[in-house]
Amino acid sequence: MIGFVLRRLAQAIPTLFAVVTVSFFLIRLAPGGPFDLERPLPAAAMANLARVYGLDQPLPVQYLRYLGALLTGDFGPSFSFRDLTVGDLFARGLPVSMMLGALALALALVLGIGLGALAAFHRGGMVDRLVGLTAGLTLAVPTFVVAPLLQIVFGLTLRWLPVGSWENGAPANLVLPVITLALPQVGALARLTRASLGEVLAAQPIRTQRAMGLPPHRIARHALRGALLPVVAILGPTAAALLTGSVVVETIFGLPGIGRYFVDGALNRDYTLIMGTVVLVALFVIALNLVADLLSALLDPRLRAAR
Amino acid sequence: MRHALARLTRNRGALAALAVLALVALACLVGPLLTGHDPARIYSDLVRTAPSLRSHPRPEAIAPAVERLAFRMRATAEAIRVEDGILRVTLSAPAPINERALSYLPRSDLFGPATVVAREAEGRRLAVQAPVRRLYFPLGTDVLGRDLLSRSLVAGRISLLIGLVATGVALLIGVTYGAVAGYAGGRVDAVMMRFVDVLYALPFVFFVIMLLVFFRAGLGLILIAIAAVEWLDMARITRAQTLSLRNRDFVRAAEALGLSAAAILRRHIVPNTLGPVTVAATLLVPRVILLESFLSFLGLGVQEPATSWGALIAEGSRAIESAPWMLAAPAGFLVATLVALNVLGDGLADALDPRLSAGR
Repeated sequence: MIGFVLRRLAQAIPTLFAVVTVSFFLIRLAPGGPFDLERPLPAAAMANLARVYGLDQPLPVQYLRYLGALLTGDFGPSFSFRDLTVGDLFARGLPVSMMLGALALALALVLGIGLGALAAFHRGGMVDRLVGLTAGLTLAVPTFVVAPLLQIVFGLTLRWLPVGSWENGAPANLVLPVITLALPQVGALARLTRASLGEVLAAQPIRTQRAMGLPPHRIARHALRGALLPVVAILGPTAAALLTGSVVVETIFGLPGIGRYFVDGALNRDYTLIMGTVVLVALFVIALNLVADLLSALLDPRLRAAR
Repeated sequence: MRHALARLTRNRGALAALAVLALVALACLVGPLLTGHDPARIYSDLVRTAPSLRSHPRPEAIAPAVERLAFRMRATAEAIRVEDGILRVTLSAPAPINERALSYLPRSDLFGPATVVAREAEGRRLAVQAPVRRLYFPLGTDVLGRDLLSRSLVAGRISLLIGLVATGVALLIGVTYGAVAGYAGGRVDAVMMRFVDVLYALPFVFFVIMLLVFFRAGLGLILIAIAAVEWLDMARITRAQTLSLRNRDFVRAAEALGLSAAAILRRHIVPNTLGPVTVAATLLVPRVILLESFLSFLGLGVQEPATSWGALIAEGSRAIESAPWMLAAPAGFLVATLVALNVLGDGLADALDPRLSAGR
């Protein structure tokens, strides 16, 4: 088991390295710089700025320096938020995005697996069809349509919930963004659970248990355990989808998370901020993929040998 | 294959989806020619009109509009009447009225060319008539006064085009890559698929956003960016298929006959992977359309004057309080298309492999 973890960790390193390298050079290839204003600064001021931020060095030197700093956990100073480091910005934004993501993931898992299981146990019936329809709709209606709709209904018409702003994460401010973020994943998880549970229920061991007269709730427990494998396996991609989804959700609801920093950073050519965000997101995706793999391996011993 | 087709035609949901798709595609293709509005035409007097089947201008809106126009001509409007779609009005002013100022009427979008019927009091009183135009905006107009139906249809052309072309490109890359990896096998296969695994772990959408922000988005770049993200699934599916085909007798026979690897891939492997690949491609189109509209929503996709459903939805969500129909029109088209594509994809999957999804 430890060998498995170490092997997976070792595989993550080249991926991270690729992320850092590709994004570093992609950003520097782009036209425009972080200090381009409508009225250009005097050349001497530009040169000073470049020296302070180390932009006057040859690109490979800058790259190695950045890599070195990154290894010590230093994301460097932000170019557009003059007095702050990228680390400071993350310290502010990350809790917001994490809170959103974690709540949305929890909601999606509960609703998605619940609905999927419901559909699988009532296969072919009315419930099954309703769940199928709901799942199809949540998958097809984009986040950026759902969000304004929720804002109209619950914010402007019923006046139950605020349409935006953060206010230190007051629960009322979280409800709409979390629902918006979770919905597409609910559909995906419900379909997956239904399909895999359906397969398990039709398989030999469950049929035997039925024939032996085991009570339905015990059969359901056995079946669910086997059926959750594919669900666990897509947790990595699901988390990645939540991260990208939060770019839209944070923009629409005006939340100060890292998704907003990314778009703003890209528009302002804030080299270190974009780099930092990409690296951070990659770290998250890789870590969650790893966790998902570990969970799969725990649930299914066959996988430990296969990889 | 013929059995699959028969099963597909028995699937009512899939047939309905196919019909919806054909309808949307046809509407987007020829619709903009039939709506009677240029999608870029700005009706500045008809800003934010709600969707309706009745014609504009409304009868009750005519008198205030004429009074406003008369004021601009430095005259006052009297005896405003509309009969059989013809506006009759008497303009009066303290000084003789410059008849060229009558061009304010046709310029206002609401009326046709004006003619003077009678002059009185040395040109200080003019009896004028002009046809009232009949404009239809079944889906309303946007904040600038552009017809939303025409705009949604023109936007649909871009969205569908991107969906099809990007899927095509992803298909080409993915199938080639997957088939080569699967057929080569061994070390080559391991390295190639390891590369795919690495790419999977990248936060790709973030790269796409970076690309589009830095290198001002054009249609070509959007296509490339999307295809670069989406070929991975296709490669995995094709490789899996290829692995199962590689040791079949007909491939062995082709090898024994001395066919080159390229020829075997082209003639024996790829055609046999087409079933699952078709299903995956059908399900990829809605994902691509969604991704494009996501990018356009962030303002990184298609740029003005061109527009796509995502770009229209972005405009709509900004005007949601004053003109909710601006969101409804493009979102309706987008959601209908996505649902139809998903249903069709599921139907195809069922038709090609009924075992996998029995009872759906």
